[in-house]
Amino acid sequence: MKRRDFLALSSASAAVSLLPMQASALSSAEAEVLVNSVVADINKVISSGKSLNGMISDFEKIFKRYGDVSFIAGSALGPDARRLSGGQQNSYVSAFTGYISRKYGKRFNEFAGGRIEVNGTKQVKNYYEVNSTAFLPGQSPFAVNFLVSNRTGKNLFFDMVIEGISLRLSEKSEIGAMLDKNRGDLNKLISALKTSG
Amino acid sequence: MTLFSRLRQRPVRAFIPMLLVGGLLAGCASNSTVTSAEIYDPREEANREVHELNLAIDKVIFRPVSNGYGTFVPENGRLIVSNFADHLSLPADIVNNVLQGDLKGAGSNSFRLVFNTLFGFGGIVDPSSAVHVPRRKTDFGETFHVWGVNEGAYVELPLLGPSTERDTVGTILDFTLDPVSVLLPNPEKYIGTAANVADRLGDRYDLRTTIDSVLYESADSYAQARSLYLQNRRFELGVEVQDDDLDPFADPFGG
Repeated sequence: MKRRDFLALSSASAAVSLLPMQASALSSAEAEVLVNSVVADINKVISSGKSLNGMISDFEKIFKRYGDVSFIAGSALGPDARRLSGGQQNSYVSAFTGYISRKYGKRFNEFAGGRIEVNGTKQVKNYYEVNSTAFLPGQSPFAVNFLVSNRTGKNLFFDMVIEGISLRLSEKSEIGAMLDKNRGDLNKLISALKTSG
Repeated sequence: MTLFSRLRQRPVRAFIPMLLVGGLLAGCASNSTVTSAEIYDPREEANREVHELNLAIDKVIFRPVSNGYGTFVPENGRLIVSNFADHLSLPADIVNNVLQGDLKGAGSNSFRLVFNTLFGFGGIVDPSSAVHVPRRKTDFGETFHVWGVNEGAYVELPLLGPSTERDTVGTILDFTLDPVSVLLPNPEKYIGTAANVADRLGDRYDLRTTIDSVLYESADSYAQARSLYLQNRRFELGVEVQDDDLDPFADPFGG
């Protein structure tokens, strides 16, 4: 399973390196392979029964491995991202990654006893939308969509949309508010992110 | 039964206030075509004052009462209340399904109304879902959407929370034209409202972690609630959202 995923991923990146500008090099099947791996890893964390901090750090690993963290972080900041220097950019992305992992990782226990099922994939412009359904005990099933692209040369998800609510768009509003609170000071935003979530 | 025959007359009688409301909506939604990820909130300052009020009400009343409700009423009890509240809103759902031309939804909801009344002990149990006839939940806001009314400006309502101009008018009609409260005699007509309030307490309890995180841990809880509400509402209504900056091939750092 792991090995097949790896082969699929590496053949996809080989194809990408041949056709660097072609988004179509990523097929819907490959997008689904990625999401299936994410879901398998998430399900593993949910059922691991680990401590909260253990779950948060596992979630951070999943997020970094399968997520286009740089794109998610950058687009959450919006046009202000262009003001970041090279060094600031790295510390912002890593502070953002930690913030997201704490914020969402600490909610993992709510998923205990639940599962996510992948339903299918459709192409939207230059990316793929993988549709899945989350089944949580005592709740009506709800839609979870993963948006996948190969922008970086690797298949990565760059957004997760739950019942229409996009993680990226919601964080855009939140990060914008944090930046306002810090009077537009990007360094202060970075230190605020390190302690938030 | 009489309930059904009177129900069938409902849309016709409901049509007159709806015409009045139509004029109202045409006025408030004229200058906006919000089909994008954009947020149109010209009365943000007033909305923020309502938000502060809502936060205070939640902190002092709604959250503690819902925690008490969730603690003292076991999960099965809350499920019964929730099923019953859903059941009582079926007549209103069916009216709206019909007004939207959604005959399939009207069919499912009518089936649920009959089936759950007969085999679900008057609606406190939901055997319809077990036979795969889920509820097609709807409201007057959705009917206006189907009729082509734009959502208008964002509004935060006292007690009820996030809404839009269109959905505010819809909510008023949901309250005033609900067949259950219109048709039932005096003390019984409030049963739907009571069940709804209890159901909302249960939702506040079940979703307490999420709601607390939005209301009390966000950098700007007003903006966060607005964003979440609009995204979710547009999704529910099937509005195609054009997100202009959703191009994963554009470098957000401007490289």
